[in-house]
Amino acid sequence: MLSRVADSIYWMSRYVERAENVARFIDVNLNLMLDSPSGEDQQWQPVVNITGDHVEFAKRYQTSTQYNVIHFLTFDRDNPNSIISCLRAARENARSVREVISSEMWLQLNSYYLMVNSACTSGKIVESPHDFFNEVKLASHLFMGLTDATMTHGEGWHFCRLGRKLERADKTSRILDVKYFILLRSVADVGTPFDEVQWAAVLRSASAFEMYRKRHGRISPKAIVEFLLIDPEFPRAIRFCLNAARDSLHAISGTPIGTFRKPPEKLLGQLCSDLAYANVDDITQEGLHEYLDRLQTNMNQVSAGIYEAFFARRMPESRRPGKERTQVQE
Amino acid sequence: MKLGEYEVGSFFDEMFAENGRPRAVARPLARNIESLPPGEMENRQSAADRALIQAGITFNVYGESAGIEKTLPFDLVPRIVSATEWDRIERGLKQRIQALNLFIDDLYHDQKIIKDKAVPEEIVTTSKGFRRQCVGLKPPRGIWCHITGTDLVRHSDGQVYVLEDNLRCPSGVSYVLENRRLMKSLFPEVFAASHIRPVSNYPIRLRDMLEYLAPEEVGSPRVVLLTPGIFNSAYFEHSFLAQQMGIELVEGSDLVVSDGIVWMRTTKGFERVDVIYRRIDDDFLDPRSFREDSVLGVPGLMEVYQSGNVALANAPGTGVADDKVVYAYVPRIIKYYLDEEIILPNVPTYICAESGDLSYVLEHLGDLVVKAANESGGYGMLIGPHSREEERREFASRIKANPRNYIAQPTLSLSRVPTLVDGHLEGRHVDLRPYILYGKEIFVLPGGLTRVALKKGSLVVNSSQGGGSKDTWVLAENPLTNAAEADHILNGAATQVAGVPT
Repeated sequence: MLSRVADSIYWMSRYVERAENVARFIDVNLNLMLDSPSGEDQQWQPVVNITGDHVEFAKRYQTSTQYNVIHFLTFDRDNPNSIISCLRAARENARSVREVISSEMWLQLNSYYLMVNSACTSGKIVESPHDFFNEVKLASHLFMGLTDATMTHGEGWHFCRLGRKLERADKTSRILDVKYFILLRSVADVGTPFDEVQWAAVLRSASAFEMYRKRHGRISPKAIVEFLLIDPEFPRAIRFCLNAARDSLHAISGTPIGTFRKPPEKLLGQLCSDLAYANVDDITQEGLHEYLDRLQTNMNQVSAGIYEAFFARRMPESRRPGKERTQVQE
Repeated sequence: MKLGEYEVGSFFDEMFAENGRPRAVARPLARNIESLPPGEMENRQSAADRALIQAGITFNVYGESAGIEKTLPFDLVPRIVSATEWDRIERGLKQRIQALNLFIDDLYHDQKIIKDKAVPEEIVTTSKGFRRQCVGLKPPRGIWCHITGTDLVRHSDGQVYVLEDNLRCPSGVSYVLENRRLMKSLFPEVFAASHIRPVSNYPIRLRDMLEYLAPEEVGSPRVVLLTPGIFNSAYFEHSFLAQQMGIELVEGSDLVVSDGIVWMRTTKGFERVDVIYRRIDDDFLDPRSFREDSVLGVPGLMEVYQSGNVALANAPGTGVADDKVVYAYVPRIIKYYLDEEIILPNVPTYICAESGDLSYVLEHLGDLVVKAANESGGYGMLIGPHSREEERREFASRIKANPRNYIAQPTLSLSRVPTLVDGHLEGRHVDLRPYILYGKEIFVLPGGLTRVALKKGSLVVNSSQGGGSKDTWVLAENPLTNAAEADHILNGAATQVAGVPT
């Protein structure tokens, strides 16, 4: 597969996942605000913090009101991580690889983009925000379902999955990181109804509430961290995502799992092993924030390593004539 | 919808012989349209428009910041061509391409046609399309123009004329394929009744032709399509053709020359490329041979091409045969190389360089269209019937000063096809661009892009100036062959066709 094409597929997939996660953050917070006791401050700043774009936000918006935050994260074309910007980038990437992905994927991504684009101007978001963000989530899910059902599970599909899982792991880690103070506070302040609502919201932003209840029953901060960080079976848990990313990375390179030839294989393998043997008590002792910070740095390095190994433009080394048709391994 | 009110007017109408009387080829279609309840044509039209937007079948408009993509407007009343008429068009196009190919090869080698004084030497010395870099070049299999789109028009005399040869990178064939796909879903009944020749095997023929050009020793050649990139106006078509052929779509930066071979950069290292269907103009192909400032091309590509290690389609340098003066000489070019009379006539063209023609042109400036040979886009052009006295005087003196630079043609009235306008049908002017592939043999796609001037009275069919497109139906000779069904089979849809015994 062409390096440029692999790069576009990987980013197409990441941007669709990112758009969905932004919609999740906003939707959960909208619900949370409806449950807030009167007099409680409208908490919209943390939503901006989750996306990591608070500096950009502060430059152009005075206050973190609901309107400002939703506008910034959804329709602001100058914010590269707003839903509309993500979809535009995903669509541009898809447009440059239309001959590689399935027509169904392209059709879905194109109508997804057109839907959000028309919502930008129609004011629908103001009338029924919940419907809108729900549609965004569903459109992303439909795209991923079509990816799995209509695209050959070959190299291109693995780049899709690699991008999606790394993006999702990153977003789940941000949810945990930003909400950790709520979780910590609750250790000393267990059982107030408001805390339970907050914890439930953390789970809901990862569509994890029901699955969590099946697994752990009672809502406790420690179990929530365990569920979102190291559960091996929940599809938005960081460990689950990184395991899937590792499988795709090795499917692409052909290196057996458990061994490595390229730097990102080594680093991702180490991360997966670390999570496999982690326990929440050790992590909270080190400090959840510190742990997540390190994890995010490492995931960024995996991304950079993937770029170096597969997408970066190089020149071939000169070879003797006669060996022209053999592939050149880097 | 009632067709009785449709006005043929004083033009040649492709669907109606006269008011209220459809031509034989169009009867099934006319019956079907008549049987539709009021409003149904508009419903189908808007279904088609929606499908085009959803599918992102678009071209890019340069210089528009908000939403750079537009769809090419599509009208659902097709142009229908009878089997007999198509047979003549097909023979005429094959003859023309064969002769033009010999002409290009001759120009870059011995220039016999000039030595024999069948065409004047100025043709080469003044042509902007002539590439010195191609002198002496031997393209694979001796073919220069592999893919051609020739523009045809029908005048009110009923005759089909060749208006223009496009021998460089003709575009539009993706619309032919997509328009057909749309029409089959909108008018399945008419397809079953009309025996229309399929177009969907074009990508298969195109790939076969490209593989035929690969260097001899290569077992299974790697063919790629080279695009200028996502911002090119025809990007959709590049991507579509690559997808339909199952080949890689590459940009210049994906390719690199090393050790006399063209390689592409992949996630698993470098892989050799054998054939390049390039949709980049000659000027931008290789900054070392042509324009130095090109960032779209591949440095060193021409050298690899000259050594025979990679094939290019079309070959560089073919542009020499699609300039306006060369066009005027095509009847003589056919006579010279093939010793045949031209089958599909040129629009009669007066060559001002020849004294008999010159005096005719000067006497009839008010009836003619005068074109400067080396200018395009409507510059340096005089449209006689719409001109003022002083313009004609000025042109006359320009022509006298430099007769070699001018040709003149009578003003044509293009034929019309009924077109849906505000809920009813009105005649609109059309042209036709069939596509010709030159590989092991010459193949003419039965159909082509019918472009339509959607503005009332307009003769300009260009998409940038209010033009749209229509499906083109070429009827099969043998009514027993069910072409619509064959089309289905070629598309790989293994569905049973109702009512057809197996």
